[in-house]
Amino acid sequence: MKKLLTLLITAGLIGATVLTGCAGTPATHDTAGPTGSITEAGSTTVQPIAERFADVFTQMYPKVTVTIQGGGSSVGVKSASDGTVDIGAASRELKADEPALVKHLLCRDGIALATHPSNTVTGLTKDEVRRIFAGEITNWSQVGGPNENIIVVAREEGSGTRTAFEELVMDETLITNTAILQPSNGAVRTTVSITPTAIGFLSFGYLDGSVSSLAVDGVLGTIENAKNGSYPIVRPLYFLTKEAPSGLVKEFIDFCLSAEGQSIVEDEGYISVD
Amino acid sequence: MPSHVVVDRTAKHVVLICASASFVILGAIFIFTMREGAPALQEIGLYNFLLGTEWRPGQEMFGILPMTVGSILVTLGSMVLAIPIGLACAILLAEVASFRVRRLLRPAVELLVGIPSVVYGLVGMLLIVPAVREIGGSGFSILAASLVLTAMVLPTIISISEDSLRAVPKGYKEAALAMGATQWQMIWHVQVPAARSGIMAGIVLGMGRAIGETMAMIMVIGNSPIIPTSPLSQGRTLTGNIAVEIMYASGIHRSALFSTGVILFLIILVLNTVATFALRRGLKAHHVA
Repeated sequence: MKKLLTLLITAGLIGATVLTGCAGTPATHDTAGPTGSITEAGSTTVQPIAERFADVFTQMYPKVTVTIQGGGSSVGVKSASDGTVDIGAASRELKADEPALVKHLLCRDGIALATHPSNTVTGLTKDEVRRIFAGEITNWSQVGGPNENIIVVAREEGSGTRTAFEELVMDETLITNTAILQPSNGAVRTTVSITPTAIGFLSFGYLDGSVSSLAVDGVLGTIENAKNGSYPIVRPLYFLTKEAPSGLVKEFIDFCLSAEGQSIVEDEGYISVD
Repeated sequence: MPSHVVVDRTAKHVVLICASASFVILGAIFIFTMREGAPALQEIGLYNFLLGTEWRPGQEMFGILPMTVGSILVTLGSMVLAIPIGLACAILLAEVASFRVRRLLRPAVELLVGIPSVVYGLVGMLLIVPAVREIGGSGFSILAASLVLTAMVLPTIISISEDSLRAVPKGYKEAALAMGATQWQMIWHVQVPAARSGIMAGIVLGMGRAIGETMAMIMVIGNSPIIPTSPLSQGRTLTGNIAVEIMYASGIHRSALFSTGVILFLIILVLNTVATFALRRGLKAHHVA
């Protein structure tokens, strides 16, 4: 029954994030404020935070319009460098063959390894994690657990969390195609919480009591450990601009990095940068 | 012109426009999916797309055979269970049950149709998946999906089969009984064969529902793009392929998902055509009698 509730609540939350965009009314800087428009596109992981930034920013400056679009990190890099948008968004480092852009570190996102609370394994090395998701380690007894088959749960192709996990952990190996694939962080969590021998990865923001979070290389997956840099599976979320920002774009990015902007980041379950 | 004539003519045109709307919508959907899917088919090639066994969009591999097999297996699996149960239920409702039992059972069957598929999925995920896990594997499996689908297609099979059993002319039944047939002989050798086409139509419509089901399947089948090797193995359906990946797909990946839609559209078109023919033949048979 509790799990059923969790599932319903997850569905509700998706609806709620859409609605909360309208809530909250910060002080309006009247008449004198700047005018103009800002366009942003890229990573779908950054998108919900960017939308919150845009909402609050346009309430402060009602004459400004901010357009937020998705598309994925690669789209963010490409459209920022060819000038189709003012700001690109990426939830990964820039690759060597990509154009050099000015990076503005917005926040960080940790990816946790979730197991069923009844699982006796409390930690794995990063290499063990890689080999489990590659399908090379298939039994919990190979990593100090009971003699049970490991059920691997992953996200679908194209998901930002999956892409980041592949970059940070998989190191060119492919995730086994016998993995159970679920289309959202919430669905991964539910699947792990009802499957005693499962392991899955999810964004820190989705951790709750229904699953336990494993230590990786001996470091527990918590916001603090991600913040001080000891937890190994953390990805940066960037805003990208072609040149050093100026005018309205600078104003917007400065707002995102301000204390007020960073409190939005923490609200959304990501790791703020100081 | 007298007013009733005006009303008459207007009504005729309004009805005509409404009727053609469904045709226009159908055409629009088909043309749109075809247009969006065409680039992928051109680049991947029909052969590699239909018969490729690897679906790894990140590696530019787009073979939908695992999903086609998955869809067919869960559909067949559900039919193996739903046809005998559904037929038995229809016979009970049409021939055996007293008025009071029927008054209780029929609404229950009809209620099953109204339950949203996400609820079937939830029950499947929390009840059937753990139960299947007891047999082996992860529980997220072709078997779990077939069981959930069985419950979902039963009402279609039951109600159409019952209606066609009832449509068999009374004379058949009376003649059989007058010649000394037992009730069971009458049902099995006279009623069921006479209602055969209607029952077939019910089964084919049930198959249509099974192959089109999406949400409940995503929740219980595991969504792994592999060709299942046993009923306990995970799999993915054509519908699930689209629904799971469309959120982040772009470029050729997105187009390949639309192509998956085209294939699905064609499969359902064939099934519905078969159902229509079966029904028509059934109706004709009764008129001759």
